Amino acid sequence: MERDKNFILGVYDDEDVLLDAITKVRQSGVKIHEVYSPFPVHGIDDVLGYKRSKLPIAAFLFGMLGTSLALLMQFYMMKWDWPMIIGGKDYAGFPVFVPVTFELTVLLAAFGMVGVFFVSSNLKPWGQARIFDLRVTDDKHVMAIDLAVNSGMEEEKLAEVLKSSGASEVNKKSFE
Amino acid sequence: MQVTSSVREPLITGGKTLKDVTHDISRQVEGKPSIGWILGLLVSVGALGLGGLALAATLWEGIGMWGLNKTIGWAWDITNFVWWVGIGHAGTLISAVLLLFRQKWRMAINRAAEAMTIFAVICAAMFPIIHMGRPWVGAYWALPLPNTWGSLWVNFNSPLLWDVFAISTYFSVSLVFWYIGLIPDFATIRDRATGLRKTIYGALAFGWDGAAKTWSRYESVALILAGLATPLVLSVHTIVSFDFATSVIPGWHTTIFPPYFVAGAIFSGFAMVLTLMIITRKLFKLEDYITIGHIELMNIVIIITGSIVGIAYITEFFIAWYSGVAPEQYAFVNRAFGPYWWAYWAMMTCNVISPQLFWFKKIRTSIVLTFILSIVVNIGMWFERFVIIVTSLHRDFLPSSWAMFYPTWADVGVYLFTFGLFFTLFLLFAKFFPVINMAEVKSIVKSSSEKVTK
Repeated sequence: MERDKNFILGVYDDEDVLLDAITKVRQSGVKIHEVYSPFPVHGIDDVLGYKRSKLPIAAFLFGMLGTSLALLMQFYMMKWDWPMIIGGKDYAGFPVFVPVTFELTVLLAAFGMVGVFFVSSNLKPWGQARIFDLRVTDDKHVMAIDLAVNSGMEEEKLAEVLKSSGASEVNKKSFE
Repeated sequence: MQVTSSVREPLITGGKTLKDVTHDISRQVEGKPSIGWILGLLVSVGALGLGGLALAATLWEGIGMWGLNKTIGWAWDITNFVWWVGIGHAGTLISAVLLLFRQKWRMAINRAAEAMTIFAVICAAMFPIIHMGRPWVGAYWALPLPNTWGSLWVNFNSPLLWDVFAISTYFSVSLVFWYIGLIPDFATIRDRATGLRKTIYGALAFGWDGAAKTWSRYESVALILAGLATPLVLSVHTIVSFDFATSVIPGWHTTIFPPYFVAGAIFSGFAMVLTLMIITRKLFKLEDYITIGHIELMNIVIIITGSIVGIAYITEFFIAWYSGVAPEQYAFVNRAFGPYWWAYWAMMTCNVISPQLFWFKKIRTSIVLTFILSIVVNIGMWFERFVIIVTSLHRDFLPSSWAMFYPTWADVGVYLFTFGLFFTLFLLFAKFFPVINMAEVKSIVKSSSEKVTK
């Protein structure tokens, strides 16, 4: 069977039932494809075994880039390219560069991080979502299990695992 | 397991389920607009058109259309600029600072407050741009463009230039923060819709699928954006205050300005959030999400920031006397007892005395009184900027140049234009975008709704 095509879905009504269910399902040896929720469920990345996001590192690096570019730009313009005496001040008095440096640090950190987030999560304008169940943006949590990945287990057995973990419904979903 | 306090008031009343949340918020996006909304939009677009005439006249003839003169070079324009920027601050404060403090009550109001921020900053940014006189060549003066394109490099010693960077960063970061929050809710509307609406909201939803991995990244993006936006929002009004504080005009040249401006900004911003939210909750029947509890908490923020502003006014007076600098002392006596005494006392009454009424629980939990006081506060905050700007300028070092400022129809008209713009944008937002962050509210349905708490 091909991967990423045929799924069995467990539908859950409650986030706390879901969290317990994820642990139970994983303990019974089933590999979970992904869990879809209408809202962020706290602690779900721990039970799913997801590593912490590296986005903070991206934000920091982009922020540093902003700091460097801002300082470079201001020193270049005010001191090297066209030095001018303004109000008897230094050509390049560092303190006056702080506000613009701060703003550009924040700007690049924010935009850089959000850009990385969009790319890593495959979010883009007119992006098409692969929807397992329309209710995941409304009031249901859906646990998707790839049948091909769990080919060691029979479909009935998987359905049984989902049911006993507290799923209110068990459905099938196939993608072309 | 969620732990709930039996002492705290529920944040969502009416025993709502997840499905109710989706339904209640999506309903106004999907349904026909109400009569109240249409009337509101007509009035706003009317103001936009009428004020647009004044704006067109100003652009055509130049800023000589305004009441400015040789002595008073900044008046309504910069007053309105600072006023609108200040209003903008509450949105970021609610969405970023209250997120860092894990205040769950922010969830019902952050979306609309951030929208308010964005629209207020657009209105604010208009004024310095028009004030340039020829905004179509303004880029040469405001942006660091190469010398061969026109004039010299911009002057990084000037707080006016810092403002360009501060306001544009603030606007774009707020916009991104707001949009990230909107994506999951656009997906909700997409998944309920068919036809054209599905196409439009599908495009806006960026292909959101609600995967746990994406939610985990989303939460870390929101947290870091909040961490970035918090110092950003403080820096923006600090830099706005530098426009005044780094000059050597008596009445402006004070070190107290940055914290005093920031407190004033939060004060007026929360007042505007209250004005808008009281109308929105009524118009879209959101009383179960924006409860009296929310209104009371916002009123408490108003008491605190209003009191900080009051102390700042008194401190300014004390320091002017204590400094022993005669022009400084004169500037302050002239503020309170000179020809603009009425503006000063309007400011004192609206900003220092009126918010103290919120110490009474009856007043801060009354919707009608809160609505009235929220408007009073914003009138007061407009006068604060008018007092700082015009009364400090109108009697300068040379008594032969002393003058008075009288607004012309163009001054009033351009201000009216920004009101039209602000309310038009807000009403369009409230109708076509989910006005409450559904995903975030759903995450507290279990822990903070009435059913669980009681």
